[in-house]
Amino acid sequence: MVSPAIAVMVLVAGFPVLYAVWLSLHEYSLRTPGLSRWAAPFALGNYLTALSSQEFWSALRTTLAFTAISVVLELALGMAMALLMQRVARGSAFLRAAVLVPWSVLTVVTAIMWRSVFDPTLGFVNTVLGALGLPADTVWLGSTPQAFVVMVVADVWKTAPFMALLLLAGLQGIPRETYEAAAVDGASAWQRFWRITLPLLRSALLVALIFRTLDALRIFDLPYTLTKGAFGTDTLSLLAFRQLQEQGIVGLGSALSVLTFLVVMAISVIYIRLMRPNAGSAR
Amino acid sequence: MTARSRRRLATTGTVVGVIAVAVICLFPFYWLINLSLRYGSELSSASVFPEHPTLRNYTSVLHDADFLAALRNSAVVATTTTLLALLVGAPAAYALAKLPLRRKGLILAGVLSVTTFPAIAVAAPLFKLWTDIGLYNTLAGLILPYLVFTLPLAVFILVAFFRDVPDELEEAAALDGLDPWRTFARIVLPLSAPALVTAALLTFIFAWNEFLLAITLTSTPHARTVPAAIAFFTGSIQYEQPLGTIAAASVLISVPLIVLVVIFQRRIVSGLVAGAVKG
Repeated sequence: MVSPAIAVMVLVAGFPVLYAVWLSLHEYSLRTPGLSRWAAPFALGNYLTALSSQEFWSALRTTLAFTAISVVLELALGMAMALLMQRVARGSAFLRAAVLVPWSVLTVVTAIMWRSVFDPTLGFVNTVLGALGLPADTVWLGSTPQAFVVMVVADVWKTAPFMALLLLAGLQGIPRETYEAAAVDGASAWQRFWRITLPLLRSALLVALIFRTLDALRIFDLPYTLTKGAFGTDTLSLLAFRQLQEQGIVGLGSALSVLTFLVVMAISVIYIRLMRPNAGSAR
Repeated sequence: MTARSRRRLATTGTVVGVIAVAVICLFPFYWLINLSLRYGSELSSASVFPEHPTLRNYTSVLHDADFLAALRNSAVVATTTTLLALLVGAPAAYALAKLPLRRKGLILAGVLSVTTFPAIAVAAPLFKLWTDIGLYNTLAGLILPYLVFTLPLAVFILVAFFRDVPDELEEAAALDGLDPWRTFARIVLPLSAPALVTAALLTFIFAWNEFLLAITLTSTPHARTVPAAIAFFTGSIQYEQPLGTIAAASVLISVPLIVLVVIFQRRIVSGLVAGAVKG
């Protein structure tokens, strides 16, 4: 009964990844069809080109910075929103619905939306900044690092609310008596948060952290739609895509895809390693 | 501070926080609606309300043949992906949850590892393969990879659900002489509607949303889905002002999804929690 599922995944996911490795070892470009030979030296030519290009390292830096900043913000804001939503009695259905709106908006639409919000003439961001007496003439998507900031804001807006709902589900699983007992023992709200809430939410937080990190490392839709990778928003997926689709250099593009894949894998392995030793010692 | 005034302060804080959260979640989307209702010279200034709201952008989008084709493509791709994911995923999940299988952990880990694949890693080889075998720029060429990327989540949600089905049901069925396939189809499946709905919704949303493969594996409106079509609308932004049209198209394709998600919110959240935590 499992075999159809496995067959589909092996054929359409496993095989292409191996084929990508194969392509990445060849000199293959759509401009010169038919010409396909091992990429010298030692078939690793594409990898040498990629690893010695400044673009690769800058895309790697951007991707890692984006992942770290947006995931931390999403966890912190998601946690804050979950704690807030837990206290709400009246209007909680409305709040839940409002919080689901960002998650349901397509990523491409999210990018279009934030592009108009930050637009110097059509958006409201500069108007609000001006009203607060701050500089109001920033061309957000035309400057570094402002474009990167817009990308982070868009991603956090889309995912933090949903994170809040997942964490809220976890919060509601913590028995009320635990808090009451702690309050009787004289624990402050702050202590209750650090000593009870966080440890009991540990597994939910870790799962959220892993899934968000893996998603953020693959980020493509936002930088493509916002800036096409200009002004410090070029990510690994976008760089590989440009080589493949726009330049038609399949060999080098595949090498970049494989490198992206390896970065994601390496970080997954690090997470698993970090989780395992203290899995049993939730204090 | 007395206990009472402290409590009142906390309540005020909660109310302020709730309003802030609602505004942050909704206002940017409202801004898109605001832009979609403007036309011509009104699209050169920022104000909270359009001065002369008009539906012209919406009528022009709904008369755009490429956009309508994209809507049709998206509907076909997302629906087919969803049906196939359930058809292939449900038996697999049942076997993984209930039947004595060897290397069950390994299979589950393998399934999970597919979710870590970056779409870009399969984009190049699929582009080349699909070109060679004639699946490039076809709907089937999109459905197949979408199926792969949605199967793991569908399987995990369903495994979490099937594990909670009491074993006595199957034991009774076995006594009546039913084989696992029949037990699954006649007894377990009818009970599983809630989990199937959750898995279906999440699969549908993924397929409706997917962008990278949609622009890599298609080249014309013949197979372009909505996200790809909208992205190519934006290409001509410098020349004319299709900004109002883009905003209208964006609102049009988002609203059905928002309604769907809000209606099924509890299922979606519980499904993701089950899939993520128990799996």
